[in-house]
Amino acid sequence: MRIALYRLLAVLLPLALLEILCRDRFITPLTLPAPSQILLGLWAVIEKGTFNAAILKTLTNVGLAFVLSVVVGITTGAAIHRARLLRALLEPLFSTYYAIPIYAFYPLFIVVFGLGDAPQVLIGFMLAVVSMIVSTLAGLDSVPPVLGKTALVLQLGPVETVRSVTLPYAAPYLFTGVKLAVAYAFIGVIGAEFIMSGTGLGYEIRFAYDNLDNNVMYPLILLILLIAITVNMSLDRWEWRLRARRGHG
Amino acid sequence: MALASAAGARMMRRTIYAHPSLFLVIGLLCLWQIAFWLVGRDALLPPLETILYLAGLLQTARFWGHIAETGTAFVIALAISVVAGLAIGLALGLNRMAAEVFEPFLLAGNSVPKIALYPIVLLIFGIGMPAKIAFGAIHGVVPVAIFTLTACSNVPPILFRAAAAMRLTRWDTIRSVLLPAALPDIFSGIRIGFSLTLIGTILGEMFGSQRGLGYLLMTAIGLQNIQVIMSVTLLLVLVAATVNTLLLAQDRRLRNPATPSQAP
Repeated sequence: MRIALYRLLAVLLPLALLEILCRDRFITPLTLPAPSQILLGLWAVIEKGTFNAAILKTLTNVGLAFVLSVVVGITTGAAIHRARLLRALLEPLFSTYYAIPIYAFYPLFIVVFGLGDAPQVLIGFMLAVVSMIVSTLAGLDSVPPVLGKTALVLQLGPVETVRSVTLPYAAPYLFTGVKLAVAYAFIGVIGAEFIMSGTGLGYEIRFAYDNLDNNVMYPLILLILLIAITVNMSLDRWEWRLRARRGHG
Repeated sequence: MALASAAGARMMRRTIYAHPSLFLVIGLLCLWQIAFWLVGRDALLPPLETILYLAGLLQTARFWGHIAETGTAFVIALAISVVAGLAIGLALGLNRMAAEVFEPFLLAGNSVPKIALYPIVLLIFGIGMPAKIAFGAIHGVVPVAIFTLTACSNVPPILFRAAAAMRLTRWDTIRSVLLPAALPDIFSGIRIGFSLTLIGTILGEMFGSQRGLGYLLMTAIGLQNIQVIMSVTLLLVLVAATVNTLLLAQDRRLRNPATPSQAP
């Protein structure tokens, strides 16, 4: 309870300070409008619905990239887990993958796929899928081999084995993968929109920036931050509740 | 005959297990060549031509000017990320209350698309070197701080009790107990901070700059200059992958000091 209060203060105090600095014109509205102004702007944007199409576009693309990366990531992870040679071959790729600036490939995707949604979804997918593969591998590694043998002895079918042996062990790792995949899908899609595209929230922010339209830019930035943080926090909550139910506390 | 081919296959397997990275690179180069055959010259350059073009670029003084610009921004951004990340991580790691209050903010900072913050950085710093440095540092500081914080909480409490029993000062406890015990995790954080800072610096150059590799990429996109796009991308991937592989080897050495160092 006290911690929640401190957290609230840690958010509110800097905001209040910023508000004062902005109202005093110590920070000009050209650099940063007052936080209250940004909040009002966000409300206006939502009420008028000017950017509903852009919001929908971004969320759809993030969703597509996320679902694709989870499905492909889990299947690939399960397949690689069985093919030991392939795994040995790909392991160095996985460990250096996130050091590679994936955005650098975006120009190539635009040239290959054109300026549609495909390049953005692909960037989000590419960022997200590897964390899903790695988490799946870690999850499958965590299943003790003896339980696989037990399943054989009990003559469980493949579906039953996955449901009652593999999944319970791998679930926490898979959940970590899913959480990372959501964050990466957001980062990838919005980043790609920002770099070059014709729709979406990232594009609208870039457009507002190029026109020095702070009254649109800051509310939209706030909106993206709020969406990303809300999604992330609800997943955290959910994970925490799952763990509590299993008695891991 | 069948016996010979089976033995050959086994030899092949053993060679791949011994040098996975080498075969991975060969495999990726093959995929690249196949992709080139599929999409054609409008969109891709084959591997050999890209390497030759990059080698040509590397002989011009102007290209080295761009590299120097990106390198300077990156080194400063990395220094800021590491110092600030360590400071934040240690400050929170040594104070349980502060850690509990601020940890969610750090984790949220990790999941936010930082590129959306870029216009704010530009408005504060203006176009040029400081904006790139700031953007690189924003990307790098969070993982260093998170890993340092986790490293601190993973240190066995008995070590701190031992330090207290020996009446070590706070500074001595940090220097001779906490840092050595937490070093492997902190090093992992720095390794990840390294890659993210590089990505952040390049992204920063793509929008708010007149020089550097990111600027070169952005202008090449505008001109649809495939040769420049591919060779700059190749250079970035090569540098990032090489440095990361070296850091990863050091990382493993720190974690298993007993085993003699061996290529991963």
